[in-house]
Amino acid sequence: MNVLATVISATVIFAVPLLLVALGGMFSERSGVINIALEGIMVIGALFSCLTLKGFHNSGFGVEHPIFAMFLAILIAAISGAIYSLLLAFAAIHLKADQTIGGTALNLIAPAFAIVLSWTLQGQGNTTIMIPNWVRITQDNFGITKNDSFLQNVIFKNFYLTTPIAILLLLISIVVLYKTRFGLRLMACGEHPQAADSVGINVYWMRYAGVFISGCLGGIGGLAFTIAAGSGFESSVGGYGFLALAVMIFGNWKPVSIMGASLLFAFFKVIGSYSASIPFLPSFSGIKSGEYIYLMVPYIVTMLVLVATSKKSRAPKAEGIPYDKGAR
Amino acid sequence: MNKTKNFLTSQSFVSCMASFLSILFGLLFGLILLFLFNSEFALRGFNKMIATGIGSSDKLAKVLYQAAPLIMTGLSVGFAFKTGLFNIGATGQYTIGAFCALTAVIQFQMPWYIGLLAAVIGGALWGAIPGICKAFFNVNEVITAIMFNWIGMFLVNLLISNMPKMIANYWAGPQSDRTASLAVANPSGMIPKAGLDKLMGSNYMNISIFMVILIAVLVYLVLQKTTFGYELKACGYNRNASEYAGINAKKNIVLSMVISGALAGIGGGIYYLSGTAQYNLVKSLLAAGFNGIPVALLASSNPVGTIFSGLFISYIQVGGDAMQPEFAKETIDIIISVIIYLSAFSLLIQEIIRKFIKADKGNVNAEQQNEQPKKGNRK
Repeated sequence: MNVLATVISATVIFAVPLLLVALGGMFSERSGVINIALEGIMVIGALFSCLTLKGFHNSGFGVEHPIFAMFLAILIAAISGAIYSLLLAFAAIHLKADQTIGGTALNLIAPAFAIVLSWTLQGQGNTTIMIPNWVRITQDNFGITKNDSFLQNVIFKNFYLTTPIAILLLLISIVVLYKTRFGLRLMACGEHPQAADSVGINVYWMRYAGVFISGCLGGIGGLAFTIAAGSGFESSVGGYGFLALAVMIFGNWKPVSIMGASLLFAFFKVIGSYSASIPFLPSFSGIKSGEYIYLMVPYIVTMLVLVATSKKSRAPKAEGIPYDKGAR
Repeated sequence: MNKTKNFLTSQSFVSCMASFLSILFGLLFGLILLFLFNSEFALRGFNKMIATGIGSSDKLAKVLYQAAPLIMTGLSVGFAFKTGLFNIGATGQYTIGAFCALTAVIQFQMPWYIGLLAAVIGGALWGAIPGICKAFFNVNEVITAIMFNWIGMFLVNLLISNMPKMIANYWAGPQSDRTASLAVANPSGMIPKAGLDKLMGSNYMNISIFMVILIAVLVYLVLQKTTFGYELKACGYNRNASEYAGINAKKNIVLSMVISGALAGIGGGIYYLSGTAQYNLVKSLLAAGFNGIPVALLASSNPVGTIFSGLFISYIQVGGDAMQPEFAKETIDIIISVIIYLSAFSLLIQEIIRKFIKADKGNVNAEQQNEQPKKGNRK
């Protein structure tokens, strides 16, 4: 039972960054901008929020008000990610630059900038920013007595403020995208910007909004990833931005499917990491370093599902094409 | 007069100028950055960055040594760009290529050219998968390539772990987490140095840079001068139109990715058969493949331009290493990425350059302009 609790809680905590970042990518692509810079946005969000957390820790504010401090850090992550994403928006929307190239450049800048900045702030060669341990929400925060029950293990083993916020953001995303004027207009700009423009929607503005939202979500996702990885911020998010891109395509640019895709992927990833402690899995005793087999599984499963469901896959029609008012 | 003007407004010249401008602004930005971080050492650091590469022959050898795989992955990414595909999987193909080369050379004690051939096959195979998924299953090549980057890395680690002969400690080396040194395991598996190492005074030097230049020119000829290359590019411009014209688009998509993968595979082979590199069993993707993206972008995917952009990036990377410890060598990455960000606007910059040149000589050739159909608008 304990293993099951571990697997469930680890799956959730690994799914959260994927979910957030993939939702971000969805908003951007639904508005018509391919956001390949998600990886870089995650790094920037994680960098600034971790620095914030560190500042709170050193000043003692964090230990006193852990949840409020974490909330502020999440806010910082969102703002810094959003500001960074505006670099992509500016290049892609106003200068009509190639979106892949601009995004790649942003992906390159972010980790280098993070290393240089944390090197400057923390002294030479010291690039890891540790996350203080008060950010984890424990039973004490709710005044519940700690016991070893299954439920408590599932909930409190890896409970951070990012998880409820991610669930909240998912619900908000669904409502915003499908039930509000803004969301429907956003989708129109990704499908047929000329038509959208003809009925008075400002395509440029909508696309800025799409990229901006993706920056917010990507930044928070960066912080969520750093928490999930557990070893502090090391100027990288381990390719999760690209994985989130895959999850987004896998989820067919739809919020609920994206949630399913990120949970599925995270589940297989966790199975891979915990393969040794799960009794019913074959252990490949004849093969050395058999753990690599399990590490491959999430990627292979994703590929198989993609190939099987690709007929239904449908990207926003106008994504990647700079909007030109004069074009026919 | 006419000739100079035609040359000055030609696509290749203008895009070259745009790249130079991007580089210039990127370097300026880097200088400002150095001043911000550590004004005391800024000028000395900048000088090191700019001058180290040609400062001594062994540093130059290092530039050439690092440039060879960079150019190959740049060619790989650029080739895919030219045919309308985004090969973000160069790092996976590079890893598989390196693995195949090392297996042939260490496990089976083959000479170096067989190793390179194995690298070609391995890279091509790994490139074919995203191509097939794109052509036949309608799965975006970017996502397949990302997945197969990770699958490739884990697979290589798994296979090497299970081939005791591949690992350094089988050959009385101290480490168990990396492949054997070629000098011990199989000296004939090293790419020949042809006396260049003695000439340049550096162990890094071998003939690989010349092979790479040859391959780049070959790729250029295939893309520009053959029907095959034309068909590949046509599919990239407009898949439906090329199918209507009788081109088998599915076959061409797969072939593009196969060639692109093979190019990246050679990069891996060249790097690890140099004798000065050992493959580490890592759990993160190799940066070498991703570095091909900026190399290709800086060259606007032109195969010949890739040679120069690869050399340039390798050059300032060597300079960046010399800037330590006053500055993190990642400062170079910032400069490179600023250059790439600027080159994303290359179309805009190219327009400005064209206008500038035209305004200069517009009066003389005004009549000429009217006679010709407007070429500039169609790219």
